[in-house]
Amino acid sequence: MDILQSSGSGIISLAYIGASILFIFGLKMLGSPATARRGNLLSALGMLLAVVITLLNKDIVSWQFITLAAILGAMIGSATAILVKMTSMPEMVAVFNGFGGLASLLVGSGEYLSGDLHNSATLFAIYLTLLIGGVTFTGSIVAYGKLSEIISGSPLLYRGQQIVNGILLLILLGVGIELIWLQGTYSYEITHLILALTLLAFILGILLVIPIGGADMPVVIALLNSYSGLAACAAGFVIQNNVLIVAGALVGASGLILTNIMCKAMNRSLANVLFSGFGSGDSSSSSSAEDQGEVNPISSQDAYLILEAATSVLIVPGYGMAVAQAQHTVRELGELLEDNGAEVKYGIHPVAGRMPGHMNVLLAEANVSYDVLVEPDDVNPVMETVDVCLVIGANDVVNPDAKDNEGSPIYGMPIIEVDRAKTVFVLKRSMASGFAGIQNPLFFKSNTRMLFGDAKESISEVVSEFKS
Amino acid sequence: MESTVLLLFVLVLSIFLGIELISKVPSTLHTPLMSGANAISGITLVGALLSSGSVSFDQPITITVILGTAAVFFATINVVGGYLVTNRMLSMFKKK
Repeated sequence: MDILQSSGSGIISLAYIGASILFIFGLKMLGSPATARRGNLLSALGMLLAVVITLLNKDIVSWQFITLAAILGAMIGSATAILVKMTSMPEMVAVFNGFGGLASLLVGSGEYLSGDLHNSATLFAIYLTLLIGGVTFTGSIVAYGKLSEIISGSPLLYRGQQIVNGILLLILLGVGIELIWLQGTYSYEITHLILALTLLAFILGILLVIPIGGADMPVVIALLNSYSGLAACAAGFVIQNNVLIVAGALVGASGLILTNIMCKAMNRSLANVLFSGFGSGDSSSSSSAEDQGEVNPISSQDAYLILEAATSVLIVPGYGMAVAQAQHTVRELGELLEDNGAEVKYGIHPVAGRMPGHMNVLLAEANVSYDVLVEPDDVNPVMETVDVCLVIGANDVVNPDAKDNEGSPIYGMPIIEVDRAKTVFVLKRSMASGFAGIQNPLFFKSNTRMLFGDAKESISEVVSEFKS
Repeated sequence: MESTVLLLFVLVLSIFLGIELISKVPSTLHTPLMSGANAISGITLVGALLSSGSVSFDQPITITVILGTAAVFFATINVVGGYLVTNRMLSMFKKK
């Protein structure tokens, strides 16, 4: 397709530049809580501009299918966005990612099957669009299944896994070479080639995500986010359109940075996250778990007495808080403690929750002010001054083994070092291990008190003690 | 071929720009950033529209139109849902 034909007149090209600028400013404004909402609106405005100006393109000669598909899509999209619970955010982002990838795949294959002749560069772009789009789609669906626990969150490993993946990659490479080799001819074989490529990309997406454990899903979501951008980018090369390339590259870069942040927060390489099957069971630290002694349970009345005397409280929430729907009760307790003269902060680990920044959203929903949400680097240096640390449904991100036990699978991971606080309360349902399946010596420390039971009920009890 | 090189140039610059922009986003906003970026990746809708509307009403429907229409459907879910949910999340971020 000729570049002038696809982007239409000069006005259309200028409008695409305008849309790109709006995306860039939108993302820039997402960098601060004060401007983020306007940033998102700007970005949406950019999208609207790009869509409206595309509809003016003379290549678009009918609207009936577009209207139908767009209305249906908008209805489903808005209903999902309005109804989704904040705890299910990671699942929703995963599915939307997948749809983005699938849309790019469909655009790429539609363009290929349009009967137009393509040069090698375009064919290569089509190949990449289908490959990345397909992997994004099925990878996201598997991630969705793992996050929503429709399929098991534990990593699926089998003998010869790398060999199977390797063979699949080789076949994909072969299909790519054939696709470009056959350029200039249009026949049923080519249709079959597209079908084969799509199918293989789908299989690859599934195979790449099934060996990754549930605890690593934040990384996977970030990575798939990046892929969906790159798929759009590749589609931009197919239809020779700048705005797809700019927007796709921005998303691709964003996903890669978040992936990198997540990996750093777990002190692991991306390769280790993707291929090691982390959390599949036999952790070496579990052997030492038996001789760690007794845990010290505490009642909510005693917990209240200690909290009542505290002047500095750090709340460390994990996904367990969200599961127990305890965030509103936690906020209430936080306010009571503040009224009582204590300084209350929330220590949020980057990988707490099921996606980057997930805990922050859940606490924001419960009306916790965003300026009391702090990162590990902010609280760790002053941990000795903290009177009480409340660990609510968090486990691996406060595990001292990450610092002390070289044999631990999470050794080297930066943690919130709650064990150095004067007193630690751990709210926990039972002594079962966390999402990553690793024992936690924090529970056995002398300054740790276990407050067993449902987190929401336990905190409600403390709250009612405060009020009485 | 020349235009492809130009597009590659745009790609490289955009990636660097993206890295510059996103590195400054605080971790508090990572979830909205992700869903907002996710909505932007629905830009592939532009390509979908061009495919879906490429054949006029009185002509037979091509495979490109069918695939393009499906792409419009999925990309619209991505775009509309992504922006709305990001807005919903960001409206909850308040400072006292």
